[in-house]
Amino acid sequence: MASRCTRAPALARLATRGPTAATRLGRVQPLPRSHARCLSTTRSGWLHQTAPRQAAQVKFSSETYPELKRDSRYSQLRQEHVAYFKGVLGSESAIIDGVTNDNAADDIEPFNADWMRKYRGHCKLVLKPGSTAEVSSILSYCNKHGLAVVPQGGNTGLVGGSVPVFDEIVINMSRMSQIIEFDQVSGTLVAEAGCILEVADQFLASKGYIFPLDLGAKGSCQIGGNLSTNAGGLRLLRYGSLHGTVLGIEAVLPDGTVVDDLGKLRKNNTGYDLKQLFIGAEGTLGIITKVSIQCPQRPKAQNVAFFGIESYEKAQQAFREAKGHLSEILSAFELMDGGSQELVRSVTKNKKPLEGDYPFYCLVETSGSNAEHDSEKLSAFLEDVMEKGIVADGTLAENETQIKALWAWREGITESLGHLGGTYKYDVSIPLAEMYQLVEDTRARVDAAGLLGETDEHPVRAVVGYGHMGDSNLHLNISTRRFDKRVEQCLEPFVYEWIQERQGSISAEHGLGLQKKKYIHYSRSETMVQLMRSVKSSFDPVSGHQLSLLHRYPYTSCAEVMITGIH
Amino acid sequence: MSALRILVPVKRVIDYAVKPRVNKAQTGVETAGVKHSMNPFDELSVEESVRIREKKSAPGGVEDITVISAGPTKAQDILRTAMAMGADRAIHVEVKEGEDLEPLSVAKLLKVAAEQHKSNLVILGKQSIDDDANQTGQMLAGLLGWPQATQASKVEFGENDSVSVTREVDGGSETLRAKLPMVITTDLRLNEPRYASLPNIMKAKKKPMEKKTLADFGITAERRLKVVKVTEPPVRQGGGKVEDVDGLVSKLKELGAI
Repeated sequence: MASRCTRAPALARLATRGPTAATRLGRVQPLPRSHARCLSTTRSGWLHQTAPRQAAQVKFSSETYPELKRDSRYSQLRQEHVAYFKGVLGSESAIIDGVTNDNAADDIEPFNADWMRKYRGHCKLVLKPGSTAEVSSILSYCNKHGLAVVPQGGNTGLVGGSVPVFDEIVINMSRMSQIIEFDQVSGTLVAEAGCILEVADQFLASKGYIFPLDLGAKGSCQIGGNLSTNAGGLRLLRYGSLHGTVLGIEAVLPDGTVVDDLGKLRKNNTGYDLKQLFIGAEGTLGIITKVSIQCPQRPKAQNVAFFGIESYEKAQQAFREAKGHLSEILSAFELMDGGSQELVRSVTKNKKPLEGDYPFYCLVETSGSNAEHDSEKLSAFLEDVMEKGIVADGTLAENETQIKALWAWREGITESLGHLGGTYKYDVSIPLAEMYQLVEDTRARVDAAGLLGETDEHPVRAVVGYGHMGDSNLHLNISTRRFDKRVEQCLEPFVYEWIQERQGSISAEHGLGLQKKKYIHYSRSETMVQLMRSVKSSFDPVSGHQLSLLHRYPYTSCAEVMITGIH
Repeated sequence: MSALRILVPVKRVIDYAVKPRVNKAQTGVETAGVKHSMNPFDELSVEESVRIREKKSAPGGVEDITVISAGPTKAQDILRTAMAMGADRAIHVEVKEGEDLEPLSVAKLLKVAAEQHKSNLVILGKQSIDDDANQTGQMLAGLLGWPQATQASKVEFGENDSVSVTREVDGGSETLRAKLPMVITTDLRLNEPRYASLPNIMKAKKKPMEKKTLADFGITAERRLKVVKVTEPPVRQGGGKVEDVDGLVSKLKELGAI
């Protein structure tokens, strides 16, 4: 049998004849996996590359949110500060200096703006430390001299948490990208925080392991940022939250103190498990510099089924049946409504996997070690849900190409929405029984306000919902034709109040960032907020003087919001 | 016009999206534990046959679509897939793993099958993506003495058993016309294969599958070709990354480029 590479010329030749020839084989022109996957959690690398050009049009956050004021107690950056940082970092590539060099503005722009083009700061200095010691020197100096900083990973966030608002120094972690060690037996990986998720995963793949987190921006996002935002992603159902898989963390506190809790133990009941506080802290307690994480065995066999379902009740039944039949091999159960799929179709022009149109679609993925065993279980499950009439129609991926193509219908939603105009995104947790009701109620409200319609005079194109059904995590997206203040007024605080009534969370996996800073009270009681405030001051005593150097402006996290008391 | 009896040969190959690795003995690629699926060109053949029936593009209609595969027991999976896509019946010719047939043997086998099934149209992939031989269709047409139209991008039916096949050639397209019975091989632009729907996957389980051996077709798995050695292409030397301009300059000096 000849090697597969002998096939390549035939396909390559075809590719030169027309843009679609090569992709025909794949049936669809799938949105590139790394770009498309769960962009709702992070951003696409492709968009990142165009960021500098587009950033020029992005409005400054300080203009979008005029209520945010720079705290005058923080120092202005001066040349002597820059000189100190140059001394610490040594290498010229580790610093982008817009303070003493006016030509650096273009180089700094990508660090100032987020990929959604919603947030943009006035930062003039980007530091890229290469070691924990350098991070420590930077922070301790900033602490002494009252300089504000914002830690930044892959800058793939959706809530404006990874970019400055005013002139904070950006501490970008991209140079700390080494994989430090891996234990073949236990599956424990130790890596620096700036290591890109996909790089870590590919390294693990070569060892037969998998990173317990997977999301759309994996080609750009960094694991330190993943931890800081407690990213959920597509496989949370299977591998659980980072709170369970992270074994240890090394972090630098705002005053430069290095917290070495880089344990590799699965069990360690000696006092408070403080590393957990850094997970999801959005950088307010310190900068994560190293991570040790427990990685599961990479599944050898994967299957994907795609269903058309008549009602949300039946989608819930299908989820229950899936858990019953597939139990340990179930690795994803994703819900998409008909509206979201129609948007993907209108952008990608791909042929839908199913003949008819249905109000709901589900994507079910199994991962296991034995393909035959998995197929048998999956067939039994499929037969059962078909016979009971729980699913109206469906298909099963017959090969890898179809697996990717089916995933593209879920992962491509965010990117497709991006092509159609602006999107109001709400990433929320709601008890499963009422999860989709939010989309219906929001749609009815927007419609009643006369904002929703198919023609151009209506600002809202569609109100759609999709998400990780397995985790009760819904992404409510309102796709708009243009910016219209009435839309925002119609949505907020309606959506947050709706969630509060049902004891849901206003931020399931994206964090609070700048976007949701005002709304923490919808999901956390005053007591909880007070507790968070005291945790913050233990880690960052300077905030006792109403100064906090990590994320000094009230935008990146709940803790910060509370300390500065703005809302 | 006579009703069509279509024979569609399909092959189980390493999945298109999987990166094949050469086995330790360097006699071929590693197939154990690797995901297999239907040869992509064969999917096009199955899809086209089913479309001819659904779109009633042949004046005489389609009487039968039979898929046939020679391979190990697992080849039955792709036959079921083909039936889920719309084929009526399947023939599985058991060939032990590792005893792969050469194109000529396959063509001889298909000749017998076409005769036994009174097929008047054979639609097959232009090549399988494992061996890339691109020979079977042509050999089969030769053995049967039927006209052939290879690498089809469009198939149309006319009166009096005539069939027009458009094929893409360098610099344009070429249209051939021939009369049934004939052999057509498929190319990528012909169609976009469908997803088999769940109800059809269920139905396919009840469709007939004949199990045969090579002896039933009077064939032996003789080998005329000998694989001497299979090796991976030379590994590309990866580029290095420099930290800054100074690093680049010193690297260039080191290499004697400046």
